[in-house]
Amino acid sequence: MDIVLVGLNHKTAPVDIRECFAFDSLEADAGLKELSRIPELTEAVLISTCNRVEVAAACQDPDEGVSAIKDFFSRTKSMPLENFEQNLFVYKGDEAVQHVFRVASSLDSMVLGEPQILGQMKESYRLATQAKTTGAVLNRLMHRCFMTAKRVRKETGIGDHAVSISYAAVELARKIFGELTDKKVLLIGAGEMAELAVEHLLNHRAAGVFVANRTFERAVSLAQRFRGTPIRLEEVEEHLKIADIIISSTGAPGYVLEKKDVKKVLRARKNRPLFFIDIAVPRDIDPAINNLSNNFVYDIDDLQGVIDRNIDERQKEAVRAERIVDENVIKYRTWLEGLDIVPTIVSLQKKLEAIRQTEMAKTLAHVSGLDENGKEAIDRLTQSIINKVMHDPIQFLKAGGHREKQKKEVLGFTRDIFNLNNSQNGDNFTPDEE
Amino acid sequence: MLFVLALSAYVTGFFGYLGYLIFHQEIYHKVGHYFFVLGLGIQTFVLLSSFMVTGIMPVENLRETLCFTAWAIALIYVGFNLRFRLMVLGAFVAPLVCGIMIASSLFSGSSAVSPDLLKGVWTFVHITAIFLGDGAFILAACVGIIYLMQERAIKKKQHGFIYHRLPSLEVLDKMGYACVAFGFPMLTFGMIAGFIYAQSVWGKWWSWDPKELWSVVTWLFYAALLHERLTVGWRGKRAAVMAIIGLAVVLITFGVNFFLLGHHTQFTKF
Repeated sequence: MDIVLVGLNHKTAPVDIRECFAFDSLEADAGLKELSRIPELTEAVLISTCNRVEVAAACQDPDEGVSAIKDFFSRTKSMPLENFEQNLFVYKGDEAVQHVFRVASSLDSMVLGEPQILGQMKESYRLATQAKTTGAVLNRLMHRCFMTAKRVRKETGIGDHAVSISYAAVELARKIFGELTDKKVLLIGAGEMAELAVEHLLNHRAAGVFVANRTFERAVSLAQRFRGTPIRLEEVEEHLKIADIIISSTGAPGYVLEKKDVKKVLRARKNRPLFFIDIAVPRDIDPAINNLSNNFVYDIDDLQGVIDRNIDERQKEAVRAERIVDENVIKYRTWLEGLDIVPTIVSLQKKLEAIRQTEMAKTLAHVSGLDENGKEAIDRLTQSIINKVMHDPIQFLKAGGHREKQKKEVLGFTRDIFNLNNSQNGDNFTPDEE
Repeated sequence: MLFVLALSAYVTGFFGYLGYLIFHQEIYHKVGHYFFVLGLGIQTFVLLSSFMVTGIMPVENLRETLCFTAWAIALIYVGFNLRFRLMVLGAFVAPLVCGIMIASSLFSGSSAVSPDLLKGVWTFVHITAIFLGDGAFILAACVGIIYLMQERAIKKKQHGFIYHRLPSLEVLDKMGYACVAFGFPMLTFGMIAGFIYAQSVWGKWWSWDPKELWSVVTWLFYAALLHERLTVGWRGKRAAVMAIIGLAVVLITFGVNFFLLGHHTQFTKF
C-alpha cells in the first residue's frame, strides 16, 4: 500500500489553469465517484480550494496510481494532459504525506499561516467520507493532518500577527484601546482597504461608524452598508470629539486633518486616545499629530512595515512548524508500515494457534487418566513452544530494518512459507485507531 | 527559616514570570504565580503570627520595615492582578519584592523602638493603611513604566519583543488609575490614624516631623493627580509619568529620616 498525491497549486499553475481545474462541491462529489471507479486507486480524497486542486490516493502501485490520477484530471476537465502536465506536482510515499500535512498546517498557503485552509481540508474530507472513497489509510492520514495542523497552530506563532493592512490596523487598535466595544470609528473617504478595515473593526465589536465623503450620496450609501451615520466632510472636526479610530482614504491633495484641528478637540475628549489610520496617498493626516500625547498616527507605509515584520515573524515560526510536520510524517509512516507487518504477524499467530488447538484436542481424546493439572500443564507447554518458535520470526518482521521494497519481499516470503495467503485468517484485519 | 522559604518562593516566582515574558507560554506564568502567592502566604503567616504573639507591629527597625514594604507590594500586586490579569506585570514587580527582601536581610534585626510605641489599634491602622497605600503607589509606578514602554513602541512603530508581550495601553492606564485611586484613600486614612495616634501618645496632632511634612506633600501630589484626571483627563503618558514621579515622592517620604531626625527615625534605624 502506498500513498500518492497529484495536483497543482498557486506556485505551479497560473490562475487561468487553476480556474479550469477547480471543483465546486457538486463537481467534487461527481469527481469522487469517478475516482472510486478507478481500479488502480483503493482510496482517494479530492482537495479543491481557490489556490489548489489535489488528489491524494492510496494505491498498490504508485506509478500506476499517479498516471490514473493524471488521467482522471484530463478526463473530468476535458483537457489534454500535455496542456497542464508541466503544472502538476507529484508526490509519493512520505513526500505525499508531508505535503498533506504541510497544506493543512498552512505552510503551503499563499499567505503563510492563514487559517481557512484547515476548514477547507475538513470539508474535502467530509465529502470524501460521504462518497465513501476513504479507508483505513486515508482516514488515518486526514485525522493525522488535522491533528498536526492544530498542534502547529497551538505551539507555534504561525497564525499570530496580522499580515494584511486591515488586520494590522485592527491589531494596533486593540493594542491601544484593548476592547473595542465602546469605540467609534470615523471613515473619511472610501476605498477597498479602508472599508475592509472598518468591517474588521465592526467584527471586533466597535460601537459604530461615521462615514464622511466628498459626495454626500456616497457617504449615505456607505453608511447604509455599515449601518452607520453619514456626515458631511465639514462635520469631521466636530466628530473628532466622539470618534476614537479615524480611517482616512481620500483623494485629497493635502492634509484633511492637521495638528491644530486635533489639538482643539483634545480637551473636549478629556485626552482619550485617538488612533488615526491613514491609508491615502498622498497622506490625509498630518504626521505631526503623532507627536501629540495620546494620539497615534499610522500611515500606509507604517502599516506595511508592521506587516513585513509580521511576515518575517511567521516565517521564523514556520521553521518550528516544519519540525512538527516532519515528526508526524515519521509517526504516520511507522503506522503505515506496521499496517503491512501486523496482519502478517496476526495471521501467523492465528494459524499456529489453530494448529495447537486441533492437535491438543486430538491428543487429549486418546489419553486417559489425566487430571486438570496435567491438562493445564500440556496447555502451557504447547503454548510456550509456539511462543518460543514464533519469537524470532516476529522480531525479524517487526525490526523494520528492511527497505520498502525488501519489506514487501520479506512479507511475501513469510506468507509463502507459512502458507498464510490461502488461509482465511487475518484477511479482514482492521487496525485499531491509536 | 521561614523568611528564606518565603524569599525563595518569591525568587522562583520571579523566574516563572521571567520565563513567561521571554517564551510567552502561559505555563511559566502559572507556575511562577503559584510560587509568588505561596511566598506571600508564608510571609503573611510570619507577620501575622509574630503580631499575634507580641501584639507589636513588625516595623521595629529598617529590616522589618523593608520586609513589611515587600509584603505590602506583593499583596497589592496579587490583589490587583485578580482584577486586571496583567500577565507581564509579575516580571516587573517580583524582582522589586525580591530586591527589597534581600536588602532587608542585610540589616541587623536589633530593635530600636520601645515596643509600647507599636501597640494599639491606631498604630495598627496607621501602619497597615500607609504601607498598603504606598504599595499601591509603587505598583502604579511599575504599571506606569510598562505603559511608557508600550506607548513608545506604538509611537515609534517599533513592534518588537516588548510590543507583542505587553497589554493594551487602555488596560495599563486603567490599572495605574485604579492603583492610585486605591492608594490615595489608604494614605488619607493612614494619616488620620497617625494624627489620632500622635494625639494619644504625645498629646499633639502635629509636630512638624519631617516624615509628617513629606506625607502631606505626598498626599497633595496624589490629590492633584486624581483631581486632574477626573476634571481634564490626565491620562495616558502624562498619568504614567506622574505615577513614576509620585514614586520618587513616596521614596523621599520613606527615606527622609535617613537625613533628618524626627519621631519616625527609629523605624529606619539599622
